[in-house]
Amino acid sequence: MSSTPLALPGATLPVAVPPRKALAATAESAWVRRLLIGVALAFLVLFLFVPLATVFAEAFKKGIDVYLAAISESDALASIELTLISAGVAVPLNLVFGIAAAWAIAKFDFRGKQVLLTLIDLPFSVSPVIAGLIHVLIFGLQGWFGEWLRDHDLKVIFAVPGIVLATVFVTFPFVARELIPLMQAQGNEAEEAARVLGASGWQIFWRVTLPNVKWALLYGVILCNARAMGEFGAVSVVSGHIRGQTNTMPLHIEILYNEYQFAAAFAVASLLAALALATLVFNYLVEQRVHAQMRAPLIEPQTNPGATR
Amino acid sequence: MLLSRTLLRRHNVLPGFDLALGFALLYLSCIVLIPLSAAFLRTFALTWPQFWDTVTSPRVVASYRLTFGASFAAALVNAIFGLIVAWVLVRYPFPGKRVVDALVDLPFALPTAVAGIALTAIYAKNGWIGQWLPFKVSFTPLGVFVALVFIGLPFVVRTLQPVFEDVNRELEEVAATLGATRWQTFLRVIFPIVTPALLTGFALAFARALGEYGSVIFIAGNLPMVSEITPLLIITKLEQYDYAGATAIAVVMLVIAFVLLLAINLLQAWSRRRTGGL
Repeated sequence: MSSTPLALPGATLPVAVPPRKALAATAESAWVRRLLIGVALAFLVLFLFVPLATVFAEAFKKGIDVYLAAISESDALASIELTLISAGVAVPLNLVFGIAAAWAIAKFDFRGKQVLLTLIDLPFSVSPVIAGLIHVLIFGLQGWFGEWLRDHDLKVIFAVPGIVLATVFVTFPFVARELIPLMQAQGNEAEEAARVLGASGWQIFWRVTLPNVKWALLYGVILCNARAMGEFGAVSVVSGHIRGQTNTMPLHIEILYNEYQFAAAFAVASLLAALALATLVFNYLVEQRVHAQMRAPLIEPQTNPGATR
Repeated sequence: MLLSRTLLRRHNVLPGFDLALGFALLYLSCIVLIPLSAAFLRTFALTWPQFWDTVTSPRVVASYRLTFGASFAAALVNAIFGLIVAWVLVRYPFPGKRVVDALVDLPFALPTAVAGIALTAIYAKNGWIGQWLPFKVSFTPLGVFVALVFIGLPFVVRTLQPVFEDVNRELEEVAATLGATRWQTFLRVIFPIVTPALLTGFALAFARALGEYGSVIFIAGNLPMVSEITPLLIITKLEQYDYAGATAIAVVMLVIAFVLLLAINLLQAWSRRRTGGL
């Protein structure tokens, strides 16, 4: 009686956790491993580390004084302000959309869901230049609303509203894409329980759903913000490049670079590179929490029925 | 009320469907669908021969050749090295692995203009890498390729990583017991499992490269017929107030992008079936 359970565990052990020693037959020899790690690292150093290091090296090449002067000069400050404004409008708008779309798609089963998911991804597959062009076609002087806008003395293209619209278009999918898979994985049980207990729709959202997805939401917002602040192609088409007025930071970098003010261009670029690095660090921290959350709900449904019965 | 009655497949006790979907659809239409349809509607201003002449003029065709050729080559390089990077990141421990893993996303986070000027500086004649090379990279089609490798880098790695993690180690053990060498196991067992994901990553990198603008224009030199990419040509036409011409080229690019999007969706469905079945 006692001998059978001892003999069996090896055979019935779950597939996911094979014993450590058995892996030896499925591992590569040390030199193959070293070679592959070497090739991978060489590729990443060449295409990721070197460009990143260059930005900071070039920025400080002419000394800290030139650097500080470049980022505190009035056109640079104006471009920073405009970048903050356009991200400040685009991110909250796409955040609200992302939450609404994720609520509908993840919590309900409806006809045309797959089509809607594809349409949400659409802006990712459109070239940024075309994203800018379509706004010119609508709001430009020769565009659909061109004459009406001129008659009412409103400027969209070559002005701040056009930059904001192009940014909104380009960053459209980010929050929705982060939220949808997580909310789908989490299922509806918690919300349904809240409903049965008498919670209103908004109470369910604020007290149940939002706390469950807050990290993925933040992650989406950070990615959306990074792209909003760094967008170049789309904004370049609609901006008109008026110094101090319609130049965002990436456009300001382009102008400085084309004027051979390399140190200044890289100084402003280093601010955006620092933002990108901060995004990656944040990304890394949040991803671990999201992963932990993604795994949690998969275990819960198995344990709960047993506990209640 | 109307949305929930016509679209919902089954009853759901949760509230907010009409409001959420209604707002999502309205916002999607205003921000994405109506503006995009503008591009298609505006091409109707051209007759068919005019449209055809615009999108097949020599300068435009040269830009397609460069854009598609460089994008394809860059996606291919990313597929090969992305496969190695993803494999190394999933299978082997090494110091600094977490930092390396996090940095793979850099091309997603770094603004394209910043990447563009950095790459141009590196590959210029007196740059960190350019000074050691016997041939020119900056201001040539090769520069376009380098920029496109940079921006497409994360796609293959990020689509392959989860698939490598899911590969059932028991299959590899079975292959080993049956006498397969490690290389045979990789080619005959692992590689077929990850093929759909690899193709998906390749297609994503390729699609992204086709539309890329910011990182390319600094390093390309932008010589007509030689190193001028299609998105730049759209901007050139716009600056000459040739709205119809710009729109015609944009429509060609949009149609190709949508076909690629469809292909990527099909590939992803295939990939899910392939990995789900094991």
